Amino acid sequence: MDILFAAIDVLARWDVVVALLVGSIGGVAIGAIPGVGPAVAIAILLPATFSMDPIVGLTVLLGIYGSSMFGGAIPAILINTPGTAVNALTTYDGYPMTLRGEGRRALSLAYSASFFGGIFSVICLILLSPLLARIAPMFGSREIFLAALLGIILVIVAHRGQILMASALTGFGIFLSTVGLEPVKYTRRFTFDQTWLASGVNLIVVVLGLFALSQALILLTMDDEKIRITKSRGSLFQGFRELARHPRVAAISATFGVFMGMIPGVGEFTAQFMSYTTARKLSKTPEAFGQGSSEGLIASETANNAVPAAAMIPLLALGIPGEALTAMMLSVFYVHNVVPGPGLFLYQMDFVVALYLALLILNILVVAFLLISTGWLVYLTKIPNRFLGMCILLLSFVGVYSIRNSAVDCAVAAVFGLIGFVLKRLNLPIVPIVLGMVLGGIMEVKLRAAMNRVNTPLDFIDRPIAFILFCLIVVILMNTLWRIWREWRPVDRRTQARKASSHFAQRIAGRKTRHYEIRTKQQRRKRSYDHMGS
Amino acid sequence: MFIVGALVLSLVLLSQITRQTVWIEGSKSFAAQPRFWPAVAITLMVVSFALHLWQMRRRRPNPLDWTEARRWLEPLEYVLWFMAYVFLVPIVGFLPMSLIFACTLTWRLGYRDKAYFWIAAAFAVATVALFKGALGVKIPGAAIYEVLPGGLRNFFILYL
Repeated sequence: MDILFAAIDVLARWDVVVALLVGSIGGVAIGAIPGVGPAVAIAILLPATFSMDPIVGLTVLLGIYGSSMFGGAIPAILINTPGTAVNALTTYDGYPMTLRGEGRRALSLAYSASFFGGIFSVICLILLSPLLARIAPMFGSREIFLAALLGIILVIVAHRGQILMASALTGFGIFLSTVGLEPVKYTRRFTFDQTWLASGVNLIVVVLGLFALSQALILLTMDDEKIRITKSRGSLFQGFRELARHPRVAAISATFGVFMGMIPGVGEFTAQFMSYTTARKLSKTPEAFGQGSSEGLIASETANNAVPAAAMIPLLALGIPGEALTAMMLSVFYVHNVVPGPGLFLYQMDFVVALYLALLILNILVVAFLLISTGWLVYLTKIPNRFLGMCILLLSFVGVYSIRNSAVDCAVAAVFGLIGFVLKRLNLPIVPIVLGMVLGGIMEVKLRAAMNRVNTPLDFIDRPIAFILFCLIVVILMNTLWRIWREWRPVDRRTQARKASSHFAQRIAGRKTRHYEIRTKQQRRKRSYDHMGS
Repeated sequence: MFIVGALVLSLVLLSQITRQTVWIEGSKSFAAQPRFWPAVAITLMVVSFALHLWQMRRRRPNPLDWTEARRWLEPLEYVLWFMAYVFLVPIVGFLPMSLIFACTLTWRLGYRDKAYFWIAAAFAVATVALFKGALGVKIPGAAIYEVLPGGLRNFFILYL
């Protein structure tokens, strides 16, 4: 109880209240504009939050992270374009409802489901905190190293069908984290005798380049779309009543969201996919899924909104970000000398509980804001792409230049912007680069510290948590290798002409075989008739 | 094309590892070696890119590939706009340059309606007011602000 009062004391400040309002309203607006997304907004705002108190800065960023998915449902339902990437599954059932003239019912369902997911997740987080506070101190250097390694492996494995590219890009991220002056022996690594590389490659600069600048370049080089919004009827409150009729779907989806959010590298997509498929299996009307099913909409929206709070668990308890957005937030902690990890739970529990409470208040604020502002938020979807690109380019400058007023940083961000542009055009993942950079740095420090107390390789896993993490890594690797082995087909690398000629030869060969078979049969028949004396 | 380029870059980095990193004799463990993590990262890159390239279907480049490669060069124009903005802000000033940048880029993007220019200008002013004025982000005052009289000069340097 004392901790709760201490946490309320941390939050009872005008700047935190303003941060909550700005984060929630800003996040909804950002989510409602297709093509921006929370990653771009957080990347741009990150340097600005460095001058704020940690709780204020984190509240703004958490607000944007948590509320953008609420806002992202608006274009997903009304114009079939997800506002944020994680609202993609919402379009499956939301847009067909809009086509039936039930857009407001769909929006209401999305808001209520998101609200339930968010609140469920925060309550789980609060209930789990005593357990986390007990487990977190059991994580030493080797456990944190293994947890970071597990995170890296999960990030790679989660990119099904792109595992090799994800691992190569993770390697690139780890490589970037090693550039510059190395802090133990003070030797230079891959600086090519350039002084500007001695301090290393700044994470924020890379994040701004890969997320914000690349998105600006994508928008600037694409065509504007004409958006028509269909008129719909109904009350925005009816979704809450309807949600109460599907408690099982909502609870299962929120649970998936919480579990998937806690596992580094897994995130919203897997949570949504699993909850959607489970909801369909359990539904009495599975054929309605994808045709405007309220259960489908509840499943996807509840799961994706249960993730942000759960994703804070590995970040706060172990200092390990599970995805790009929490990786960005990690830098806010470090700038303010607040080191997330076991120590945070032991010595700054009021700060942790204050963050939980901020998330709780945020969800209430967002729903209240959405219920009164959906009418005009819809118009944000009409901003032309290229104009939006210009706005993001301008804001990206503020983000990069304000770090240390360096034109070199801006040039580096521009290079990463171009890399991000090419990766997005080729449909390749960007997140592994950022997580490789963050987790690579953590792994290097923790492995070095851990090896000081290790004499034989087995010493590394002689503690229970280290052993469990090691077993998990082995199981995941074996499972992935087994799956790749089963799915592997030798690739036909012949040219089109050679393939065509071989195909023709096969057809001819088949015809030849059939021709001889028919001839042989005819001859045999003839002979047998002869034998019978016909 | 991208994979070949990335693989070549990774191989170049691998070839430079002995020059660009140090191996310390008598170090306590391999994890304390400055070369260890760059080696892990670059090996992961080389192996993954090479395996991906090996798995890809062999085919001759077709005109669509070159069209795609040309599309990769399209954003270079906007990168130049961005870098010009970066170099001109310390001379012209954050507010004036943001106004010029937003309006001229809006014109370049093909918008001719007056409303777009007003929105672009308002967006530039709002960005400066929010970030430099309210949040106090570190963007230096411009060289041309020096010619302004005392109080106005200080106000411009601090807030615009």
